[in-house]
Amino acid sequence: MSDVKTSYDLAVIGAGPAGLAAATLAARQGISTVLLDEQPAPGGQIYRSVTETPVRDPKVLGPDYWHGAGLVKPFQESGADYLPGTTVWSVSRNLEIGLSREGAARILPAKHIILATGALERPFAVPGWTLPGVMGAGAAQVLLKSSGLVATGNVVLAGTGPLLWLLAWQYLRAGAEITAVLDTTPRANWRQAMPHMTGFVRSCYIGKGLKLLLDVRRKVKVIGNVTALRAEGDGQVRSVVYRQGNGAEQRLPAETLLLHQGVIPNLNLANAIGCAQSWDDAQRCWTPQTDGWGATTVEGVSLAGDGAGIGGALSAEHQGRLTALDALHRLGRIDRQQRDRDAAPHREALEKARQGRVFLDTLYKPAQDFRVPSDDTIVCRCEEVTAAQVRDAVKLGCSGPNQAKSFLRCGMGPCQGRLCGPTVTEVIADARGVSPAEVGYYRLRPPVKPITLAELASLPKREDEIDAVLHH
Amino acid sequence: MFRRLHDAAGERVPFTVDGRAAEALAGDTVAAALLANGITVCRNTPVSGAPRSPYCMMGVCFDCLVTIDDVGNRQGCQVRVAPGMRIETQDGKREIDR
Amino acid sequence: MSAEQRSDYDVAVVGGGLVGSATAWGLARLGQKVAILDEGDVAVRPSRGNFALVWVQGKGLGMPEYGAWTRRSSDSWGELASLLRDQTGIDVCFERPGGFMPALSEAELEDRANQLKRLHNQQAMLRYDYEIMDRAAVAKEMPFIGPDVAGASYCPLDGHCNSLKLFRAFHTGLNRFGAAYLPNRRVESIEHRDGGFRLTTVGGGEVRAGRIVLAAGHDSARLAPMVGLSAPVRPERGHVIVTEKTAPFLKFPVGYIRQTDEGGVMIGDSFEDAGFDTTVRPGVTSTIAERAVRVFPLLGKLNVVRTWAALRVLSPDGFPIYEQSVTMPGAFVATCHSGVTLAANHALALAPHIAAGKLPEEFDVFSARRFDVPKAA
Repeated sequence: MSDVKTSYDLAVIGAGPAGLAAATLAARQGISTVLLDEQPAPGGQIYRSVTETPVRDPKVLGPDYWHGAGLVKPFQESGADYLPGTTVWSVSRNLEIGLSREGAARILPAKHIILATGALERPFAVPGWTLPGVMGAGAAQVLLKSSGLVATGNVVLAGTGPLLWLLAWQYLRAGAEITAVLDTTPRANWRQAMPHMTGFVRSCYIGKGLKLLLDVRRKVKVIGNVTALRAEGDGQVRSVVYRQGNGAEQRLPAETLLLHQGVIPNLNLANAIGCAQSWDDAQRCWTPQTDGWGATTVEGVSLAGDGAGIGGALSAEHQGRLTALDALHRLGRIDRQQRDRDAAPHREALEKARQGRVFLDTLYKPAQDFRVPSDDTIVCRCEEVTAAQVRDAVKLGCSGPNQAKSFLRCGMGPCQGRLCGPTVTEVIADARGVSPAEVGYYRLRPPVKPITLAELASLPKREDEIDAVLHH
Repeated sequence: MFRRLHDAAGERVPFTVDGRAAEALAGDTVAAALLANGITVCRNTPVSGAPRSPYCMMGVCFDCLVTIDDVGNRQGCQVRVAPGMRIETQDGKREIDR
Repeated sequence: MSAEQRSDYDVAVVGGGLVGSATAWGLARLGQKVAILDEGDVAVRPSRGNFALVWVQGKGLGMPEYGAWTRRSSDSWGELASLLRDQTGIDVCFERPGGFMPALSEAELEDRANQLKRLHNQQAMLRYDYEIMDRAAVAKEMPFIGPDVAGASYCPLDGHCNSLKLFRAFHTGLNRFGAAYLPNRRVESIEHRDGGFRLTTVGGGEVRAGRIVLAAGHDSARLAPMVGLSAPVRPERGHVIVTEKTAPFLKFPVGYIRQTDEGGVMIGDSFEDAGFDTTVRPGVTSTIAERAVRVFPLLGKLNVVRTWAALRVLSPDGFPIYEQSVTMPGAFVATCHSGVTLAANHALALAPHIAAGKLPEEFDVFSARRFDVPKAA
């Protein structure tokens, strides 16, 4: 592909389904388009390594995974530039992208930016989750997709949500053994989810979902209604301790514990740009505000895919196309009528892909105890701050996560709150007896991913910016 | 511990961990290669000294920090193993000169 | 007194930043019944953006009394740190190893020398030791300086602390003293009535106190006129960069570069008139980074984990304002942009005067009346 231009009409950040679809559609219309991605190969996390996975047997990862290959080929032929291995650490309000590639930083201006930054696993803070051997189920899936690696020995999966079951299914297909699946889905969720069953029955999820669940349940010990989960071990996880409901404490040996309780938008970049976000009570997460075309509250910045609210890979793809059409319109390439006309089939497909989502959100809403962990649980992995410390700060009058940050350093480490933000918000909300919406979230600043001081020093500077430091 | 699927294909890439010879599969990230070689703990934290292993494998948690070719605190899950790469596990805070 | 007239508190301190917290802690320590009225989680909060220096060098040119006031705080800082440790168990990591201010050219070094000379030539200046060091002398203490470093000024009185721990220690201490910290209580109006003050806060709440201290930073400009005071402060934006935790390598605070007790390296700073906009400008942080790498080239390898912009609270001449209202003598204002350096004074020197109800004459020099002088035609 061609060399990097000095500026682009459209920059798309993230090469998962939303980003690939958006960049493909836009570039085909002839506007200069660049797709920036942190990974070395396209696909995002859901289709990670789809062009190069060492897992040769297609049955292992399943047809939904291989669907991703169908997004990559058109993208490669679309005429869009592609910058893999590129970290975007900043986007300014005047649409200058700060990026870092092969150890060198630069600023790349664009006329419109689509953030397709996807999702990350919701933090699952339980005692012992920082022990070596405890990982996200998503992490295990990445290892499988990109390196053909599966965990051995006693492997326990614990949590709730479709990805947990998908991983179990893929492990079984790959011939890996699973000691047990500890299902933390609260019993009450089933009752609450039932009224939304009709949407689910009509959705694409039901057939494959049920088959997958049955497959796993046939071959693996599944323990339901799990509460009070924790990992134990000395320098390495050795066992998983849990209860069933209010039952007695039970213990399973485990060398690997794979945790999962759903995914949430990866919103650090949007937040740092200044895009307004709001609390989504159904999905229990913060979500950047977008309109029907993915436009955020910051002019020239739109958002597509799970980063704009969890909808899954297929929704992301259609959203990517809708967002790209709106970008084409904003850039003057197509008029409003054409945008709306061209959008119709994608909108219809998006509606279809969204069916069943409410059912899934309700069923897999994580239990209160796993969102608001016990006192002895480390909440902030980077600064090793416990839930008790957060509660103590609230007692001193700390009313939100930004004050908690000043008091405790939680959210100040290199992950910049990605692994503690949602928990800190929920713990403070619970302690204050108010909603997370009232408590708020961290105010983030660039760089949203670390860059070296030398890289930062190498960036272009304007006269007044130099004066602000050297000649006051 | 992790094992490679039998049919996982690809070139072998030699590298070293803390001075010992090891082998990765082409395409492996540093974090994956360490796990494939039975190395679970990639560092001790700078706050309490507790051991950590890779947690998210997608660049968000920063638990897989290691020293790569004399540069400290690199995200092991975001860097592909290259032939001859020197990887070192970390103990506490990084040093300023490496 | 009837129930209506009785005050809820001896003193209400408006502002929960470093100036307010230090003053309130000092008052509570003297047995005063104190309330701290603060805003919420997201507010301007210059206190969260500070650089944590306890710095003496170079301060007071144009107002020697400020130099003496700073020196006094620096001298009391050790006492403050141990009082806080004894009360709360929190070590605020105060150290006074002396501070360097690097110069990246011979001309800069000469300017610095002249400036310090002018400072100390002022009539009322309380003189203290400092040294202009050449490159070789600086390299003896810090062999890893870059080739561009021509020398540095050094003052043994300079130091630093962990300002986040300081903040937490004050709040923990206030809690132990039984002071009431009231967040989400932005003050909307203040009435002086029956020898006391009635503060109406957002949402209609009310707090009554015998005396009030306005330590609300930028918001003091709005509040001061309500009680016959003035605090003509304006925001000045400064940027700060902080790196990942690094093994200790830097023993001294070096002006705009310091290593924290936790290992991160803080790098500042900048000076912009940008209203209340706290957007981080990459060109500014880049300039700050470039200068730091010239001072210590090794820093170039470190990862930057955060940058931010915060707003200094600046009076027209940059010096603090401390004043007691003439028309409503129970009202005081305290504002400055060196809330860390002056924390010891606010807690140990200012608070006792407020508790006693009167600022002595030595504070007259800090009155905002100094800005009332008509401009020359």
